[in-house]
Parts: sequence; C-alpha cells; structure tokens
Amino acid sequence: MTERDEIRNQMVWSRLISAIEEQAQTVIRTAFSQSVRECGDLSAGVFNRRGQMVAQAVTGTPGHVNSMAICIGHFLEAFPIDTMRPGDVFVTNDPWLSVGHYHDVTVVTPAFYRGRAVGLLANTCHIVDMGGRGFGPDARQCYEEGINIPIMHLARGGVVNEDLMGLLRTNVRNATDMEGDFYAMMACNDEGARRLVAMLEEFDLDDIETIGDYIIGRSRDAIRTAIRALPDGRFRHATELDGFDEPIRICAELTVDGDAVHVDYTGSSPASPFGINLVHNFSLAYTAFGVNCIVGPDVPCNAGSLEPITVSAPPGSILNALRPRPVSARHVIGQMLPDVVFGCLAQVVPERVPAEGAGAMWNPMIRGGATAVEPDIAAGAAVLSRDYDVILFNSGGSGGRPAMDGLSTTAFPSGVRTPPVEAVETSFPLLVWRKEYREGSGGPGRCRGGLGQRLEIGGEDGAPFSVAAMFDRTWRAPEGRFGGHEGAPGQVRLKSGRRLKSKGRQSVPYNDRLVLELPGGGGYGDPRQRDPARVAADVADGLISREDAREVYGVVLVADGSVDQDATRSLRAESKRL
Amino acid sequence: MFEGQARIGVDVGGTFTDAVLEVGDRRFTSKVLTTPRDPEQGCMQCIEEMLRHAGLGPDAVGVIVHGTTLATNSIIERKGATTSLLTTEGFRDTLQMGTEGRPDQYDINVTQPEPLVPRRRRITVEERLNSRGEVLVPLTTGKLDAVLPILDAAGTESLAIAFLHSYANPVHERLAREHLSRCRPDWSVSLSCEVSPEFREFERFSTTCANAYVRPLMERYLTAFAAQLRQRGFVCPLLLMLSSGGLTTVEIAKAFPVRLVESGPAGGAIFAQGIAAAHGIEKAVSFDMGGTTAKICLIDDTRAQTSRRFEVARVYRFRRDSGLPLRIPVIEMVEIGAGGGSIAGIDALGRIAVGPQSAGSDPGPACYGRGGRRATVTDANLVMGRIDPEGFAGGRMALTTRDAQDALMADVGQPMSVSLETAAFGVTEIVCENMATAVRVHAIESGKNVDDRTLIAFGGAAPLHACQLARKLGIRRIIVPRHAGVGSAVGFLRAPISYEVVRTFHQRVDAFEAEAVNTVIRDMEDEAKGYVRMAAGPAALSIRRQAYMRYQGQGHEIAVDVPNGRFDASAGAGLQALFDEEYRAVFGRDIGTVAAAEVVAWRVTAGTAPFPDPFSGPFSGPARADASRGAAPAPISRPVLDPAFESPVACAVHDRETLESGFSVSGPAILAEDETSTVVDVRFEAAVLPGGDVELRQRAP
Repeated sequence: MTERDEIRNQMVWSRLISAIEEQAQTVIRTAFSQSVRECGDLSAGVFNRRGQMVAQAVTGTPGHVNSMAICIGHFLEAFPIDTMRPGDVFVTNDPWLSVGHYHDVTVVTPAFYRGRAVGLLANTCHIVDMGGRGFGPDARQCYEEGINIPIMHLARGGVVNEDLMGLLRTNVRNATDMEGDFYAMMACNDEGARRLVAMLEEFDLDDIETIGDYIIGRSRDAIRTAIRALPDGRFRHATELDGFDEPIRICAELTVDGDAVHVDYTGSSPASPFGINLVHNFSLAYTAFGVNCIVGPDVPCNAGSLEPITVSAPPGSILNALRPRPVSARHVIGQMLPDVVFGCLAQVVPERVPAEGAGAMWNPMIRGGATAVEPDIAAGAAVLSRDYDVILFNSGGSGGRPAMDGLSTTAFPSGVRTPPVEAVETSFPLLVWRKEYREGSGGPGRCRGGLGQRLEIGGEDGAPFSVAAMFDRTWRAPEGRFGGHEGAPGQVRLKSGRRLKSKGRQSVPYNDRLVLELPGGGGYGDPRQRDPARVAADVADGLISREDAREVYGVVLVADGSVDQDATRSLRAESKRL
Repeated sequence: MFEGQARIGVDVGGTFTDAVLEVGDRRFTSKVLTTPRDPEQGCMQCIEEMLRHAGLGPDAVGVIVHGTTLATNSIIERKGATTSLLTTEGFRDTLQMGTEGRPDQYDINVTQPEPLVPRRRRITVEERLNSRGEVLVPLTTGKLDAVLPILDAAGTESLAIAFLHSYANPVHERLAREHLSRCRPDWSVSLSCEVSPEFREFERFSTTCANAYVRPLMERYLTAFAAQLRQRGFVCPLLLMLSSGGLTTVEIAKAFPVRLVESGPAGGAIFAQGIAAAHGIEKAVSFDMGGTTAKICLIDDTRAQTSRRFEVARVYRFRRDSGLPLRIPVIEMVEIGAGGGSIAGIDALGRIAVGPQSAGSDPGPACYGRGGRRATVTDANLVMGRIDPEGFAGGRMALTTRDAQDALMADVGQPMSVSLETAAFGVTEIVCENMATAVRVHAIESGKNVDDRTLIAFGGAAPLHACQLARKLGIRRIIVPRHAGVGSAVGFLRAPISYEVVRTFHQRVDAFEAEAVNTVIRDMEDEAKGYVRMAAGPAALSIRRQAYMRYQGQGHEIAVDVPNGRFDASAGAGLQALFDEEYRAVFGRDIGTVAAAEVVAWRVTAGTAPFPDPFSGPFSGPARADASRGAAPAPISRPVLDPAFESPVACAVHDRETLESGFSVSGPAILAEDETSTVVDVRFEAAVLPGGDVELRQRAP
C-alpha cells in the first residue's frame, strides 16, 4: 500500500460514515412515529457483501445497532447477495432474527454498482404499533405481542409488496403511521445507496470489500489493543431487578483474556412468564455497548469493534429466551446490562466506571378510548377520549462519575430523547401536568448521582386511560460506588394515592392522574468528601435538603445558605472518628 | 434609499472590528482590533478613519449598518444579567432537562450545557393553558404577588416569562408582565409569546431566557453607540444586522437582542448572496473559512437558506444538541471546526485528525514562530508551497518553514510513517473532507444537491482550499470575490431592511379555517411591516409568506412558500398540493394519497429589496482564454504540491492586485494577495472577471 493509498483509505472511511449519517437524517425527517422523528429511536448502518457492518450512524441506539449488525447475516442466508436485484428491499421484525421485539423493524436494501450488488444499507426503527396487545409486558407468548414479518421482500424490483402492506394495514392500530414509517425507512436506505455508489465512483472502487477490511481491521486492532492494556482475570457481579411480579437476578462473569473480553450470564434467572425477556442478540448488543463505553469509547462501531467482545447466556434464561417466550418490553432488562458490565469492570478499572444509574428508560405506553380501560372504569367515566396510543420517553438520573456528578434526567444507555410536552398535547388528548426534577433523588456521593424526574399525566377533561407499565428499579435502587450512596428507587402510583405495579397494563380512572417518580443515579465516592461549596449550591438549587447536607454530606450551612466552614470541618472530623 | 450618500458597514467580531464604506463607485475598508470593554470605540475609530480617506464628513453618511458578536459572547462567557425565569407550575426544570439525550453515545464523561438561569432563579406559578390556548387553570394577580418576594430574593435584574402553550394564547404572559412591571418597573421583561411564539417548550423557554439574559447589556451598548454617533454629528439612521440577514432598528434590536446572535456570519452569507446576484448564479454554496472555523451556507436563486433554529455556546463546539437552542430566524449555516489554525494529529486508530481545536492567533500555527508547537492546517499549506513564507499577511509577518516541517513530521509524518509531503497533503485532504462532509449532510437535510452549485470562497483560508473542496463535492466552478477579507461588513451593505414573524397556529388542511388564518396572517403582516417601516419609511415592501408543514403525524416541518392574498374555502386543497410538491422535491416521493398535511407554524417576512453590489459586473459567458489583455508583470515561480501529483511541481505565482479583467491562467498557479492566496489546482483554470472577482473552472477531464 502506498502512502497515498493510506490517505485515500482514511478519506473513504470518513465518506462512509458521512453517507450513513445522511441516511439516518433522512429517516428522522420523514418518519411518522413520534419515537423516531422526535426521539431518535433508530439506527442505520452500511454492510459489505459478506454482511459485516462497516459503518453505523452515530445517532443510533445501542440496542438497535449491535443487534442489527448480527441480523444482516440472516437476511443473506435467506437471500444470497447475488440473487438480489435492483429495486429489491427486504424486511423483518422477527425478534429472534433481528432486534428482539416486533416494534423494531429492520429494512435492508442492496446497493448496485457496475451491475453488481456492492453492499447493503440497513436501518432499524421503532414502530409505535405492530398489532397484538401493543407495546407492553403482559403477553405470555410472543404470538400475542404483534404480527411477525419473516424475512421477505418489502419491495421487488422497485414495486412495493402490496400483499404484505395489506396484511399489515389490517393488523395494526394506526395503519397510516406504520405505512409512512415503512416508506421513510425505504427512502433512508435509497439515500444511503446513492451516497455509497457516488463514493465508489469518486474513488474508483469496485465495491467496499477491501476498504471494509481496512476499516474493520483497524477498529478491531484498536479495541484489542485497549483490551490488552487491562489485567487478565475473571470478574463477577450480580444484581437484582424488579422483574414482573418477582425479582430477577442477573449474574455476570466477565473474563479478560489477552485481547478478548467474554461475558457469561450463567446463574441469571430463567425466562419470565411475561414479556420482559431478551433474545440473545439483544443481550449481546447492550453488553458489548457497556464494554465499549469503558474500553474503547473512541473506536467507531463496526464489525471489527464488536468482534473481540463475546457473550453467552444459557438458552432458556431471561437473557437468551426461546420462542414462544414473550419479549415485547425487553428493554427494561436489556438497558440494565451496561450497569451489570460496569459492576465487573469497576473491579478492573475503578477510575473509569460510574455508579449505577436509573438504567432503563421509563416509557409509559398510554392507550386511551373506550376499550383502553376496564369496562367498569369506562362505564364510570363522565368523559371518554378518542382511541389513541402514545409512548412517552423519559429518563431518570445517571450514576455519579469518577470526576463528575451523574447527569440528571438523561438517557443512558439508550440515546432516545424525550418529546416536547407541547408536541404531545397537540397530537394526543393528554395533559402532562408535571415534568420536573425529583428533588433529593440523586444518590449522595463525592460525585452525586443525577436526579430522576416526577411526571404527572392526566387525560384531557379527566378522561380515563391505561398505561402499559414497564419500569424498573422501584424495588431495588441504583447502587452507589466506592462509598457513594444509592439513588432513590422509582415509584408508580395514582395521584389519588394508590400504588401501581411497575409492570403491566393498568387503568387510570376518570379524573385521576398517573404519577411516575423516576429513579435517581447512585453516588460515587464518600459524600463527606464532596466539596462543601457544591453541597451548598445543591441546597440553594433545591436539589438536596438542608438536612441531607448536614446528616449525609456533613456540611453545615448558615442562615444565608453559605457554608459554615468551621462547623463543617468539625462535623466531618467527628464522623470520621465514629 | 440612501442614493448618492455614503453607506457604512461595521462588524464587531471577537478579534477584529471590520468596516467598509461605499460611496458611488468607491469602496474604503478598515480593520482594527476589537475593543471589548467599549466596542463602540473601535467602531468609531474605523468609521472616522474611512471618512478621512474618503474626504467626507458625518453628514455625507446616509446609513450605518452594524453587526456585533457582543450578545453571543456574553452568552458564551456568561456575562449577562442576573436573570430569573417565571414559568408554569410543574415545569421548573424544562430549561435544564432539555431533550434528555446525550450529545455523545459512548462517552461516559459527557457534559451538558449549564442553563443561563440556574434552578434557584427558576420560579413557578400555578396557571395552565391547553394546546388550543384555552385556560385550564387561571392566573391571578394574587398568585403573582405571591412570587414577587421570591423573584426579589433571587436578585432579579431581567425576567423571562415563559408559560406552557403561550404561543396559542398570550393572555397569561401578558397579565404577568403587566402586573410585575407595575410592581417592579426597573426589571427588563421578556415574554416567550413575543420572543419566539412557537410550540416546543424547551426551545421557546431557552430562547426567551437568552433574550432576557443579554437584553440589559445590549440596551446599554446600543444606547451608548447611538449617543456617540449623534455626538459626533451623524444624523443618519443606525441599523442592526439580524441573524436572519435582514436589517432592523436600534429599538427592535434592544427588545429582541437574541435575534442578533449570528449577525456577523449572516453578513458573510449576505455578501455571498450579493456575489451570486451580481454574477447571475442560481445555485451557490457560500464557503467562508477563517482561522478557527469554516461556515457554509446554501444559496438558491440568490437567496441564502434560512432556518428557525440555532444553537449557541455548545459544550462540544461543533456537535449538535450540545448547546443552548435558540428558535429565531437565522440564515442557515453549518459551522465546523476547520480553519487555518486547526490542529492536526493522529487519533487512536492511526488516522489523521484535524480540528476542532485551533491554535488560534496566539500562539498560532507552528510556522508563526510564536511558541506554537502543534502542526496546523496553515503549516501544511506552507509545506505544500501554497503560502509564501515572505508574503504572508502582506509581508508583515515572516513564517518559518522549518518549524512547520518539524511540527508536521512530529505530529503526523512520523506516527504514520509517511513523508513530509504526504503528511502535509493528508492534513489538507482531511480538513477538506471534513468540510465536504458537513456540506453534504447539510444539503441532504434540505433535500438539495451540491454538485450543480458554484462555490463562493472567501475568508482568509477559503481560497487556499477551494479547488480541493470543490473536487470532493463534484463542484466545477468557483468564485473568489474581491474584498473577501471584510466580507461580512460588505454583506451588511447588501442586506435588505426586513423582519420576520413566525407563529405557531395549527391547521389541518382538511379542516382549514380560512378566516381564522387570515386574521392571524394579517396580524403578523402588520407586525412585520410595522417594524420594517420604522427603518425603511415609505419604501416599497415585499411580503413573503411561508407555511411550516408536515403530514399529520410527522414531527418535522418543511417550509413551503404560499401565495399572498386572502385564503378562501379552497385554500386547504391548494396548500396540500403545494406541500406534496415540496415534499417530493425534498424526499423524492410524496404520500399525499395516504396522509393529509397540516400547517404547524406560519412565517411572514416583510422587507425592502436587497442593495445590489455596485462593483461586481454581470457575468458575461465563459472567461476568454486570451491572456493578451492582461499584461501583468511576469509571474515568479515556486514549487507547489498539487493534490494530483505526489511531488511538488513548478507553479506560477501571480500578484492578484496587478491582474486585470480578462486575464486567465491554467493551473497549477497561485494568485497571491495580501490576506490570502487563491490556489489554482492543475485541473482548474482561473480568469479575472470584470469587477475583479476571480472565477475558477474545472477543466473537462
């Protein structure tokens, strides 16, 4: 390879990432589902002829991206690359072949250049409704959770598969949005394919096989080098989660062996009877993300950066559930896996690993209308709304970090954003009465955990509605690290007082409201080592109470809110002696 | 307007204050260091120097157009007023919670921007409207009285009032202002329903707080500047450049200073727009590259692209969603960390990385010899032979090639095991690739093509990279205008007097309420015209209406030009057709058969015509190839590394000032001037156009 070839390869790499970024922008701008358009719940990637992911859009959510990387192999098994024709588009939402539940639909389009398929463009989007019970954990079998699209043509030679679309239209609640999203996903891949071909032309390449090997090789080497810098060993961590109606145990053993990391989940709970189970793809996706965050955050995500990280979980366990187990709300467990991985890595590189956070997002799936609630609640309501389904994305606090506080109400590990309340209320007969910080919820620490939030949601004119609860960490709070305290656990209740379960569909009666209190992140380090000035600032901002400042942080404030230095010193000294 | 009189543009930037004076067919320029304490002093210095050269007195000046980064800097440096926010109960933290997303997926240590108003000064009051503007929970003066002591205790100087759904009905915000202003007359009060009457609460709250935050400072500054001018005998109007590329009066600028944040860069885009108009270029891309950043803007039919959203004070300078969002009319630009001072190195994967960190002017690139040790883009250009070490900045500053070579080898050549030439070439390739990526992504977001455009290159570093960038974008034609160094200030003199009003008013086209829309639009037009009349007097005004539309259920709107005149019962169908057409243009297909459209917001722009460029002549067909008319002094020659070759080749260096209209030359060549050099790659031809602008054309392969 000449010196100029090296420069050119770098140029092509950069161009591929740009192409995929453009592809993602297209779907964001044209999609109908609020989850995609306002919140960025999607991913996009470009794959070589062998189905290896060469580049992905940085807008993606980790659960999508890393699962999508695996699912392309299944498409190529069903439709070998040289049998694909220009204008063909393929689709699936089979949880076990792709991204773990029916809502995440993956669309794949081959790009053609000089008469040959030169690569695949893929994107995955969360479609709000795919039929069945709708998004939620209540099903006992996957068949209740929606309509399964086996890998098949979405378009053949440029003509949309009307048989499939017709079947889908009659099986989902909002056919227009669903169809609009499918078109957006096709447009997105078309754009990516155009960019890919333009790039091949400009650099006079036949395909992306050689350049793909260069990109994948470089990324793999970078991750392997980073892993080699870690001490070898086996590191175990276990955690408990709410589960559906009984606690779930997740046990991980992380092995660093030379330049590879393996995470084994033997000992974890068996599959749940309810829809909070993960397919293996999805467990791998969030595990690899957790490892990459700590080990190689700067390495672009592709087949190379994923290769050195392997995952195993016993078949039939909650992290490797088998058909026909229900899987709809798998994110409530999946989004906790980075914290489990962090629990192992905190023993390896403590200076890089944050405390536990809220983990899974709190996304109430709300359904309104006469059939959304129990018949007696509908009968007792003075007002009933039209039929609607909407999902609201919300984040709790993230864990305190080695040198910084945790982030309040910020998604981690998911990258999904919250929709504006004004946009929600414009489109749906709902009123969000409150959406603000949950004071005192951040776990105390030298670096405080981020705060959760408090939401209060009611129907317009008091109309009843139901919510598919899929929330966690209400029973066991996010843990602190290295002397940091735990964050506040979450809570689900009615405004009138009654506590609701953290999982499953439940009704909010006429004139009542749903109250969600999201967990705060755990603290990092001893709170008595926190800078007293920052404790005073937290009190002034109402993030912690004066009492906690004194009792937990050992900081005494004078009447005007500033730090009483002497009293603080002696209080902290006293607590050390005890 | 202002015929026969001198017109002055003054642009106060972070480092320099640039000014230009045009009178008849003469143009004078001036550049001094910005005087941050009293920016008006630097302005006065420039203005008086130019008047002296022109031999004119203050009474000969017809208008002074001013733009400033003062508002932006006070946000970035957090030097604004002690601002409080009064908002709806339950939404105290909207300003800080933002989108709840992270600007970086993998970075555990990612940080978020601090809000301009900290939680202790965010105060709520019980009130509530729904999305249709109906009152669900009334606001009373009693409730306002109850929050007064809290606002007092917060030390409030400036107050932002932002309630949920106030765009749909301003009643509660107005009541709050009326009552609180009566109680506390010295508070500066900004209402969200006036600053940014659009839905999506986080952005509206953020914009309103930014306005409140900079308002007292901008009021003081503009009052002082206007007083200075009067004192020195200027009787002409003082107009302010808006981020949207229009001009407005001092009074409006004082009320809505947040609209001034991007005035400097907007001036650059208007400058390019004027060049496009003068040469009859239908599709252009403006490329303004300086020491730290490159700014890129698409121009169609001599109209710079506009947007309603801008981010200021980004934590990660060039990363989306890492700054404070402002929903104001702006000229839509991408700004990326690519400039002459951008620092080059090797990343964790052995790839060349350039920017966004910049060596700035102090210590500056290694070749400045001021202690900078890191390799920069300027060092790479020097090593490639594109810059004359003796002729930099008009010869006022000698560059040391040796330092540039050492830095490039240490930071790029050795770690990658490549030669000095390859390292230098690689750095320029990467910086151009970064810019090309930004242009392409920007274009796709607007559904536009790039390769059919003319590149208009200005700013100190753009002419060096224009050919290299153009090739990456498939662009075949480039214009390098005269006076590119003070482009923004020149742009101020091309800007129309105009004002935009944007308002959220939802309308489904299949249930279109023509009369209600007519009322809203009429109010908006009256408001916009009123503001323009204050500066433009009786001049003829044009009105442009746009509807921000989407298919019902979609989240993002696109702007659709809609006809003036009253809407009637059939207007809904007409809007649907216009939208379907625009949607097809942007996304390749429409879905009007399955989905009805809706209007989310309306935009009305009232304005005068732009001022034409009196210098650049009309473009008259392809440049002639005969160099005989341009009898310039014989060029000198030096070796330059052209992207097409692996080693330097002899290259003619011409002094641009001596070249006359009609001169042409084939690359490789360099047209050198005091502030920059135009690099003509081997695949390009250069010609000097009437008026002095340089045109570069890529030769057919």
